[in-house]
Amino acid sequence: MSDMAKRIDVSGLTAFYSGFRAIDDISMTVEPRSVTAFIGPSGCGKSTFLRTLNRMHEVTPGGRVEGKVMLDDENLYGSEIDPVAVRRTVGMVFQRPNPFPTMSVYENVAAGLRLNGGHRKAALDDVVERSLRGANLWEEVKDRLHKPGSGLSGGQQQRLCIARAIAVEPQVLLMDEPCSALDPISTLAIEDLIEELKSAYTIVIVTHNMQQAARVSDRTAFFNLAAVGEPGKLIEIDETERIFSNPSVQATEDYISGRFG
Amino acid sequence: MTTDAVHPPPAPSPEERPDRPALRAGRGATHRGDRVFRGLSRGSGITLLVVMAAIAAFLSWRAAIAIQADEGNFLTTFEWDANADPPVFGIAVLVFGTAVSSVLAMLLAVPVAVGIALFISHYAPRRVAAALGYVVDLLAAVPSIVYGLWGALFLVPHLSGLYEWFEQFLGWTGVFGYAGGAPRSLFTVGILLAIMILPIVTNVSREVFRQAPAAHQEAALALGATRWEVIRMSVLPFGRSGVISASMLGLGRALGETMAVATVLSPSFVLQASLLDPGGGTFAQNIAAGFKEAGTMGRDALIASGLVLFLITLLVNGAARLIIARRKEYSGAAA
Amino acid sequence: MSKTMTRQTTPAPSPAPAQLRQPRLPRWAPAATALGSALAGCGLGLLAGWESRVQWGLLAAALHVVASYLLAAAVEGRRQARDRLATSVVWVSFLVAVIPLASLLWETVARGSRVLDGHFLTHSMNGVLTLDEGGGIYHALLGTVQQVGLAALIAAPIGLLTAVYLVEYGGGRLASAITFFVDVMTGIPSIVAGLFVLSFWIILLDFGYSGFAGAMALAILMMPIVVRSTEEMLKLVPNELREASLALGVPRWKTILKVVLPTAIGGITTGVMLAVARIAGESAPVLLLVFGSAQINANPFEGAQSSLPYYIYEQWANGNAPSYDRAWAAALVLIAFVMALNLLARGLARWKAPAQGRS
Repeated sequence: MSDMAKRIDVSGLTAFYSGFRAIDDISMTVEPRSVTAFIGPSGCGKSTFLRTLNRMHEVTPGGRVEGKVMLDDENLYGSEIDPVAVRRTVGMVFQRPNPFPTMSVYENVAAGLRLNGGHRKAALDDVVERSLRGANLWEEVKDRLHKPGSGLSGGQQQRLCIARAIAVEPQVLLMDEPCSALDPISTLAIEDLIEELKSAYTIVIVTHNMQQAARVSDRTAFFNLAAVGEPGKLIEIDETERIFSNPSVQATEDYISGRFG
Repeated sequence: MTTDAVHPPPAPSPEERPDRPALRAGRGATHRGDRVFRGLSRGSGITLLVVMAAIAAFLSWRAAIAIQADEGNFLTTFEWDANADPPVFGIAVLVFGTAVSSVLAMLLAVPVAVGIALFISHYAPRRVAAALGYVVDLLAAVPSIVYGLWGALFLVPHLSGLYEWFEQFLGWTGVFGYAGGAPRSLFTVGILLAIMILPIVTNVSREVFRQAPAAHQEAALALGATRWEVIRMSVLPFGRSGVISASMLGLGRALGETMAVATVLSPSFVLQASLLDPGGGTFAQNIAAGFKEAGTMGRDALIASGLVLFLITLLVNGAARLIIARRKEYSGAAA
Repeated sequence: MSKTMTRQTTPAPSPAPAQLRQPRLPRWAPAATALGSALAGCGLGLLAGWESRVQWGLLAAALHVVASYLLAAAVEGRRQARDRLATSVVWVSFLVAVIPLASLLWETVARGSRVLDGHFLTHSMNGVLTLDEGGGIYHALLGTVQQVGLAALIAAPIGLLTAVYLVEYGGGRLASAITFFVDVMTGIPSIVAGLFVLSFWIILLDFGYSGFAGAMALAILMMPIVVRSTEEMLKLVPNELREASLALGVPRWKTILKVVLPTAIGGITTGVMLAVARIAGESAPVLLLVFGSAQINANPFEGAQSSLPYYIYEQWANGNAPSYDRAWAAALVLIAFVMALNLLARGLARWKAPAQGRS
């Protein structure tokens, strides 16, 4: 189980939207089999940074990245690296649940696997069940596997998306404010799920909700920007407990105590 | 905010006071103005309905006269001698020619149009894409007679080599037999119609592809999908009904196209298997070609064929509307 | 659903191969295959002695698609090969479409500019034998302007008011019937509109051929386009504006006239101009109802006229070189006219759009 999760080592990472420098010179280490939370005010570039970790940033028009992201000993931005393979290795869950609307629950979970083909029906069934169980969704949907995924509730849809992401067995799971569109009960379900998933994956979660960061994460990174129009920067990253009780930078404390943001 | 706005403001300003006594009378005038304006706009709408009804009625009226006088079978006769006495005419050849040329146009144009639409929405660099979209818009506005002129004087001479090739490899099918000479044939008409409807089909498809939700495309990307797999998983399923209705729009254009077909086709009232050899005809082309020599009965016969064309386009358009309506429902339910 | 249970069922990781490094074709590979295929297509075409460039092009396109697929399949694997296949098919379909359309524009400009001059624009075909050179399109230009103008005079008010009815007073069965039939009307072939006016105006009421008869058919084609575009524009006018005006005690019709229509006027004008551009190219109704003429007839209500699209058809039908030259020149003028209208309309829309945003 342990050989699956990987360490991420970021050094000197800068991301642009066309000419605009969105985040500047970020370096950090994300530990395997743990949850790292990114917090910070709106527009500080935490989501942008998250998207550079699976090369999704360069998909947005004008998106460009400089710097290094090492996944164990492989630089994701190396010239011989296939971005498609990167995204398969580093899975992602988005802010709004986005199951494929024309696909059933089953097809949604199997979508990533089917890309590579060669899976027999029985094997596929097996992975779909395992992934749905992994996302704490199996009991709720096992009788409606072949109904459209868009018929589920918001929280169920988000767990379906998590199941879809883990079905391809990634080594890292990125979550971009996965609970921001959900009600408190669904949020709790997802938080429980994150707690369980961290035994197998390296998890990075962006959140607006500081209590959530405190509840689910082992380490927390605080991002901030000097002013509007300035690039976002990493202010500090540390054990979550420390960040919330005794941060080493004043701005972090101001943010956490609700003085801005 | 909005509830405030619906109710009249409670305190009228001093300047309005002097008007107050006249309020009652003013309201009567207001109502009259409203009634007149409402009546005018309603009347315009009704005019449109009346015109539609009149088109159907007048065409049916003249068509009935013609069909009664027809000594042949209107549906199955392979002849068009409407000016003879007794008149003998039938639309069999026209049905065949219209169907073959427009279906061919669809088969050629739709895949290419989807290709260009994807090129503009997902493959081309952004600036190029914007410029291309603009050009395609303008091309959709080129009048059909210009396509016809180009088709007759430029396209036709350039196709004979290709048709010889078809004859060489596919001539045994009969459909691709080619005796040589200027290929002013149904197949050429199909190619020309395809080129003509390409811009409009491209335009509508591109618009739909561009609206494909980014969330689903990102979901596919994050699963490690290649660009084509992203399109197959999230763009094409979303755009399918849009492409279908765009194709129907193109089909409607192709069915009713008159002058481009009239300039390119060398018509004949013979039903022949070979699509590469000159001959055949379409509804609209036959009307344009036969009108100037037509007597009273001849005109009525052409009107009768026009009625059939009208009904066919109604069916095609109705089908397109149904598909669009269903898509609206679908996307409404998903939202 | 206890935690321990679900924990056990977390996906058992089969050691996933992290193959981030994939063998990839160099960036110049697609360009190279394209060039190679083009050369091979031309070479083979020359060898086989095919006359038509169309064959060369099709062969080159097919070679490119197949070559890039096979190359990618050999080096990068099946999925990447499919991706490359899709990319090359999309590019090829783009080129396949661009070539005829570019050729259309090129031919029209190149051949059309031969006889296009001041004389051509200011003279009619009166007394010019079809085999002779000379003559011009003045009568056709005049006819087009009058017929299209009359059509716009009929169609624009009816279309505009209908759209006002649908957006401002709409709802109910009448409105949905109108909406449906406007859609249906958009699809009416121009020749059918021509036949209708023929049976109604010329056969039943026994009027002769005239520019006005043609204008009526053109108006039928134009009305649904105007309704559609005006409707879109009126829907863009924010409801707050209407409510604000009504709340001031302004009656509904004045609100529409003084607030709603002025706000949307830019977009509405654009729509009308695009509709005019669209019907200016119609020749079928002119053939049936205006009949065509070689002389200048400045009265659209009496007697045959010509029009630009009809003129092109007529000159083409003459079937000789001087007539072809005239046809191309007229086609160039017609395209220029339609394009100018389009550009003007779009320019207007763009110029007007930020103004709407500000208000």
